[in-house]
Amino acid sequence: MNNSDPKAQIELLQKRIRELESNIDSDSSEEKIKQLRQEMGLLQAERDKLDSIWKKTQLARHEKRPYTLDYIHRIFSDFQEIHGDRRFADDPAIICGMAHFEGRQVMVIGHQKGRDLKERQYRNFGCANPEGYRKALRVMKMAEKYQRPLITLVDTPGAYPSIGAEERGQAEAIALNIREMAALTIPILVVVIGEGGSGGALGIAVGDRILMLENSFYSVISPEGCSAILWKDQEHMREAAQALKITAEDLLSFGLIDEVVPEPENGAHADHDAAAEILKNHLRRHLEDLLAIDVETRLNERYRKFRSMGVIESRAPVAAGR
Amino acid sequence: MAWFKKEKQPIAPTPEEARVVRTEGLFTKCPQCSRALWKKDLEDNLGVCTKCSYHFRISARRRLELLFDEGRYTEYGSDLFSPDPLGFHDKRAYADRLQEARRTTGLNDAVINAAGQLSGRKVLVCAMESNFISGSMGCVVGEMITLAVEKAVEDQTPLVIISASGGARMHEGTFSLMQMAKICSALARLDRLRIPYVSILTDPTTGGVTASFAMLGDLNIAEPGALIGFAGPRVIEQTIRQKLPKGFQRSEFLMERGMLDAIVDRRQIKDFLTRSLCFFCDR
Ligand SMILES: [Zn+2]
Repeated sequence: MNNSDPKAQIELLQKRIRELESNIDSDSSEEKIKQLRQEMGLLQAERDKLDSIWKKTQLARHEKRPYTLDYIHRIFSDFQEIHGDRRFADDPAIICGMAHFEGRQVMVIGHQKGRDLKERQYRNFGCANPEGYRKALRVMKMAEKYQRPLITLVDTPGAYPSIGAEERGQAEAIALNIREMAALTIPILVVVIGEGGSGGALGIAVGDRILMLENSFYSVISPEGCSAILWKDQEHMREAAQALKITAEDLLSFGLIDEVVPEPENGAHADHDAAAEILKNHLRRHLEDLLAIDVETRLNERYRKFRSMGVIESRAPVAAGR
Repeated sequence: MAWFKKEKQPIAPTPEEARVVRTEGLFTKCPQCSRALWKKDLEDNLGVCTKCSYHFRISARRRLELLFDEGRYTEYGSDLFSPDPLGFHDKRAYADRLQEARRTTGLNDAVINAAGQLSGRKVLVCAMESNFISGSMGCVVGEMITLAVEKAVEDQTPLVIISASGGARMHEGTFSLMQMAKICSALARLDRLRIPYVSILTDPTTGGVTASFAMLGDLNIAEPGALIGFAGPRVIEQTIRQKLPKGFQRSEFLMERGMLDAIVDRRQIKDFLTRSLCFFCDR
């Protein structure tokens, strides 16, 4: 199927089948009906797949889904938030703080979304400004200074696109974080808990292990944004979500993440405690692994991990115009 | 006017007024001062308007010719080739887009890696080609720039990257996003070894390219009037529902806000690089 709109095609086929059925005059039309039904079955399957992927992306953004603070309160103890970038502002879209993880001192950083309208606006829907990334970097360096492992929780539609964010260097802030995280000498665990929105996610997501919750996604662009640019309309976000291959399962198969963290039966939003408990067990195991490795090996492995991401072939270029 | 036409940028993520004007004949019209320019004069002037200094977009090849001594350099990594890792398909197959871009540019992807002499000093230069799917960064661009950074580390050679890109390439999905991390990881090593890296931002440099290597030079310089930003102007306009200020996201706007080290006219870039590398390298 080359047309990317199965819904319209199914409707078309249904119409044709009805027409033929209302006017059966020979064996050939019965044969034709059979053939059309088969075609429709394939389309239906394709559409079901689109729906299931779309359902996942909607779960990742579910309004009752546990957010960073929900996990922090369930997984860590003695959380003490650290505010501000000491340059310009405190960005409530990214939370940083010291905490205990099963008796061990750790630093936690995560995007934070709001639950009700007021809080959503306060948290800017989890879309950080440059100050958020700069606060995160400051806190990461402090964690490195005192050799405390870092755990980051990723949940953002993307870095905030605004005049102010551009004026204050959104791109530079994210770029610097990515580079500096690559070289931090402390163990870094990254978990995509909901939306992994492009550069805004990556700005706190370089580490030794990258985990993703079962119903989270991680993408270079939102399905809506992709639909707008490539399909030039707002209607094709399901197709875009499928084409971009952004589910945890897909990314695991590409070697872009290390593990998929299962969610409770009906999704993390249905049971915050259970979701946190599962995540806690995964964090414990990975943290123990990482702490057992010496710094140099860990940094080399982190380097190799990102170094190997990509699929490339070799072929001589053909001269222009041919 | 029959003798010029606007070139279409089919999938530019940040559409704007077309800045590339191509003539069928001997003239090119400057989009800034509207004067008709002899193509030959324009070319001799490195693609800069002889009347108002407007910087036309030029190809990656031309940029390399302009920087290297006698225009001579050797290429590496030119054989790297995207196999379309996702089998991506929107209104059109990505494989077709790739093939078309390869045919029109003669490149396998959106960057050329070159090594040669700049004012008698060995340097590595990566030049991005904005005519190749908007200069977007997928696995091949990510790999090639990482190769260049690693080569700079290995040979202790200064690195120059000339960006011209709409950002990460959607058609290679999360793979494209991760190229930002791959390149930045290599740049972290370069940085700690004190090997010079100069980033040159040209029109346009946006998205994941700006938010990774383009903003991480020891020096980040830009050509005049280049569009530089994280988010595209249209996305910002739609998000904040406000008109954007005049000159927003242009080089001059960025420099005023402290985001660039210098704005350098194309005709002075080689001289600027020569002096900067001298500062970094000579004892
Ligand atoms: Zn002019």
